[in-house]
Amino acid sequence: MNAITPFALAAAGLVGLGLYGMLAQSSVLRKVIAFNLLGIGVFLVFGVAARRGAAAGLPADPVPQAMVITGLVVAFAATALALVLTLRLHQTIGAVTLAEDPAPPANPGTPPE
Amino acid sequence: MTGTLSGALLVLAIALPLGATLLAFVLGGQAASRVARGALWLWLALAVAIVAAVIKQGEPISYHIGGFAPPIGIALAADGLAAAMLLAAAIILVAAGLFGRAAYPAPSWDKGGRAAYAYWCLLPALAASLAVAFLARDLFSLFVALEMLTFTALALACLDGRPSQFKAELRYLLFALLGSVLYLLGCALFYGAYGTLDIGLLAGNTRADAPTRLAGALMTVGLLAKMAVFPLHLWLPPAHAGAPPAGSALLSGLVVKGAFVLLVRLWFWVLPGPPVAGAELLATLGAAAILVGSVVALRQEKLKALIAYSTVAQIGYLFLMFPLLMAGDPDAATRAWMGGMLQATSHALAKAAMFLAAGLIVQSIGEDRVAGLCGAARATPFSVLAIAIGGLSLMGVPPSGGFTAKWMLLRASMDTGQWWWSLVILTGGLLTGGYVYRLVAAALAPAPAGAAPRPVPRIQEGAVLVLALLSMVLGLLPLSMLGMAQIGQPVITP
Repeated sequence: MNAITPFALAAAGLVGLGLYGMLAQSSVLRKVIAFNLLGIGVFLVFGVAARRGAAAGLPADPVPQAMVITGLVVAFAATALALVLTLRLHQTIGAVTLAEDPAPPANPGTPPE
Repeated sequence: MTGTLSGALLVLAIALPLGATLLAFVLGGQAASRVARGALWLWLALAVAIVAAVIKQGEPISYHIGGFAPPIGIALAADGLAAAMLLAAAIILVAAGLFGRAAYPAPSWDKGGRAAYAYWCLLPALAASLAVAFLARDLFSLFVALEMLTFTALALACLDGRPSQFKAELRYLLFALLGSVLYLLGCALFYGAYGTLDIGLLAGNTRADAPTRLAGALMTVGLLAKMAVFPLHLWLPPAHAGAPPAGSALLSGLVVKGAFVLLVRLWFWVLPGPPVAGAELLATLGAAAILVGSVVALRQEKLKALIAYSTVAQIGYLFLMFPLLMAGDPDAATRAWMGGMLQATSHALAKAAMFLAAGLIVQSIGEDRVAGLCGAARATPFSVLAIAIGGLSLMGVPPSGGFTAKWMLLRASMDTGQWWWSLVILTGGLLTGGYVYRLVAAALAPAPAGAAPRPVPRIQEGAVLVLALLSMVLGLLPLSMLGMAQIGQPVITP
């Protein structure tokens, strides 16, 4: 166990939590938060890779850090987009989950117009 | 290799539509529409020039941005695959531009004007994202391309702002985000293992060890979610069917193909001697998609939902090429490769034509149920013709592009002794025939008394028909043109 193992374990934990949240939570807002947790876990993996791959004399490899910055911007934009859609969903039909709409009142016999 | 002129073409193919997006965003109104349409025509010219340069050179053209070679710099490259996809994308986007002139003319800032403004900004943005997805040669740039594609596609799908659409699009966004974050995790693992994400440097240097396999698996699953491959397909039909016509056409025709190109790059360039068992699993999922998607399409009541399920089925064909490429028979591998490329391009053209035509039909007769299409052939003859021609290409009837694609896959599956895939191809063709017949038969039925179809603009019908005809003409191309797809074809040693 060296100095970066705790970070790697934390990254794995965050990825696991985020993945579970995205798949298991029904509320859209919770899914979006879980997506962010998952993203942070992935960025931490990049951080671990940067520390491990550091050349002699450098504290860290700068390339993964540049990638994390790009990733953060993308995740920020994605979160904003998801939140806008969630907000519109709530404003227009009052829903906070993606569950299927309740079936319209069945009216067998009459063909739909 | 890094000729300055052809290299400049690659940079322009990304920079031109990106610049047009920004310009359209600033100018707004009619000017935005003019800028976007002009840029798309120029982009088409660039795509033609890139195709010509690739054919002339006989090998992939590549360019190192800023003159810095990887691993410091970023490489762009156009091989046969990239050039063919770029050309198909440019044709479809130009058609979407022609289609949009009538659909999104409003320059004012009311509700319709906002949709028009967004449409003309997003069209070149989609072009730029596709260019990055086809030309970029490192896994991280491809991740950025994937995200750009998702964002523009999502916005195009929500263009109408209809409340019923938000749920489907939000589900699409969550699937896409999960897919791209898994892809990014794979990138992190690759970087940790090899210290570079450049495809050229990774190719042939990856080891078949646990981190590589895990990274490959994560990225593959992420891309499958983005491509809506069975059983991750449930988000696609509502998201594609509910979008406005131009949005559906671009989503179904082009956006899924972006993820497909990434998957091909990952499997045949990056992964070490791609696992045959994995390829067979992919093809099995593809076969299931063909059968399930086609059967469900047969049972759809709504016109656009039927076409969207047909997309699920047609994407399945793309995966049949994976095990055929790895069978170790060079001739069969070449056929499978060309079959896959032709399927990707001909489906893109045919499906874009069909979705646009469906939009025109719904607009004209005000009816989106298949059973209510009677009279459509009289009201919008060219649109119904486009659906029929596109459908022939999807079925694989000669001389369409779809026929050549399916024929090559069929030959490859027989040559490699994997005959079970040919059963799937043939059954899929029959089922496709079934649902296309349903559409065309319904459209040819006489109109109900008192029907008053609204006329649709000729330019829209013309653009749609040209797209459908091009998907047909792909099957008539001389073999030398098809040979372009082989330029830069990876050699796979199982």
